[in-house]
Amino acid sequence: MKAKAADKIATAIIVVFSLFIVAVLLGLLGFILYRGLSHISWHFLTSVPQTIREGGGIGPQLFNSLFLLVLTLIITIPLGLGAGIYMAEYAKPGKITGAIRLVVEVLSSFPSIVVGLFGLLLIVNTFGFGFSLFSGALVLTIFNLPLMVRITEQAFRSVPKEQKEAGLALGLSKWKIITSVLFPVALPSIVTGTVLAAGRVFGEAAALLFTAGMSTPRLDFTNWNPLSPTSPINPFRPAETLAVHIWKINSEGIAPDAAEIAAGASAVLVILVLVFNLFARWFGNLLYKIMTASKRMG
Amino acid sequence: MKAIDERPVGIADNPRPGRFKKHHMEDFAGRSYTTICAILLIVIILSIVYFVASKGLATFFKDGVSFSEFLFGSKWDPDGNHGEPQFGVMPFIFGSFATSILAAVIASPLSICASLFMTEIVPGWGKKLLQPVIELLAGIPSVVYGFVGLTVIVPALRDMFPGQGIGIAAGSIVLSVMILPTITSIGTDALSSLPRGLKESSYALGATRWQTIYRVILPTVLPSILTGVVLGMARAFGEALAVQMVIGNAPHIPRSLFESASTLTSVITLDMGNTVMGTAHSNALWSMALALMFMTFIFVVIVRLLERRNRI
Repeated sequence: MKAKAADKIATAIIVVFSLFIVAVLLGLLGFILYRGLSHISWHFLTSVPQTIREGGGIGPQLFNSLFLLVLTLIITIPLGLGAGIYMAEYAKPGKITGAIRLVVEVLSSFPSIVVGLFGLLLIVNTFGFGFSLFSGALVLTIFNLPLMVRITEQAFRSVPKEQKEAGLALGLSKWKIITSVLFPVALPSIVTGTVLAAGRVFGEAAALLFTAGMSTPRLDFTNWNPLSPTSPINPFRPAETLAVHIWKINSEGIAPDAAEIAAGASAVLVILVLVFNLFARWFGNLLYKIMTASKRMG
Repeated sequence: MKAIDERPVGIADNPRPGRFKKHHMEDFAGRSYTTICAILLIVIILSIVYFVASKGLATFFKDGVSFSEFLFGSKWDPDGNHGEPQFGVMPFIFGSFATSILAAVIASPLSICASLFMTEIVPGWGKKLLQPVIELLAGIPSVVYGFVGLTVIVPALRDMFPGQGIGIAAGSIVLSVMILPTITSIGTDALSSLPRGLKESSYALGATRWQTIYRVILPTVLPSILTGVVLGMARAFGEALAVQMVIGNAPHIPRSLFESASTLTSVITLDMGNTVMGTAHSNALWSMALALMFMTFIFVVIVRLLERRNRI
């Protein structure tokens, strides 16, 4: 009977701990949304932040986060796809492939602050891009590249071997097989993975403190000249993202409503990440149906 | 000769030379492009290592701080506000290790239970329930964790224990939630890839579920779970902002878990913006970044060793 009692107790503990994790998540989300949602309004989402007075918004920060995301994806996707395809299709097992695999592993576990410091030294100072969206996007590329490579490699490897062999039998060149046989099948997983990786761009702050900067110049949203310093779409201006803004007002905010702004901005950030997650899944499944005319398993 | 040139091109004949070339060109271009992308990865990592090391080693070679004084000194006064400048980073190394080890201690049992819940206890809806929970926990940005830690955990600790609430305890609680998804997902993968025969033969011998888990399943997947724990610790070790927000940032070794402390990352975050490049203070921060990088290598080596053990 002792063994059965132990079994019951252990099962109970496992169930309780698991439900505790669910409770932690629900508590977290509930707290963030409860504290933040009441502060979110159109005015909050569009107006500029205030340093001393209350009533500041997060308009420029929200725009910066989205713009930085686009910039990062423009740089990350071609590089990540290229390296991922190399790993999946061209790399022969051996020392060099092993080295690249190790590099991907190390790069993905580098602390983001170290990558940020590297960006500060090389991109901001040596290359002279200064605190800018462009510097931030390059650093986030370094940060996201390992993930992107892994996603692409797995997506290409999971394509059934027969499809590739059929292409080879038709006398297609390797590159042709990659682009017109393997890529369409791998695309849905790549898109899902990319969107999930992009969600990390929203949340990343440590790498951006010293690359994209902690301030935003006064933006003129009617000025669409990408070279003008007040233009929102100028990639060479400093830009404080939403995540950096949350950190800044928590550690040095002096506005009387700093706590509410932090709560509101956190809620916006979490909602964005949630929307991104749901969108990634939905869009990936949709693409899979379109590209392969079949239902996805699982 | 003219007649030959005007022959219609057929499959049996010589293929059109232009087409032949184009397809080779394409293949060559594609192969070169992907190879360059892969080489770029190596270039990036080598340049990170080179630049961080060249800056970080300047503390020892240019500013003449001895290696042992840096690693084991407990006084941090880089600008010399109290006499001679002191570059002892022991308190920060201690803070980093204390927070990440404690976080792993808190998160590991929870994660292992969650993995078991998803694979052994209720494989059907358990996975449907916990999988999205784990993914959402992984998706919440670190500054949001820091913010919640600052507004919920710190006041709660302040009420329950003596002290300000900030400190290593608050830092490790926040970190434990952040590394929970890492350990859980690796543990779940390992558990669900276990051969069915192992479990079934244990049940056939009359073992209860807990006996099977404890005597058969856990020992088999232990290396994988340890891999998850090490990766989680690596993430905790490198996390900057969430920890910085709740740890208090006092530059000394705390006497209790509820007293203000610092980690390597929190000091870099706070001080980097206020120092001038090339000064001894700035170089010392780079040396700390070098230490962080070195620890990353150690974590990766441990993971590799565990994986090798797992393969046998």
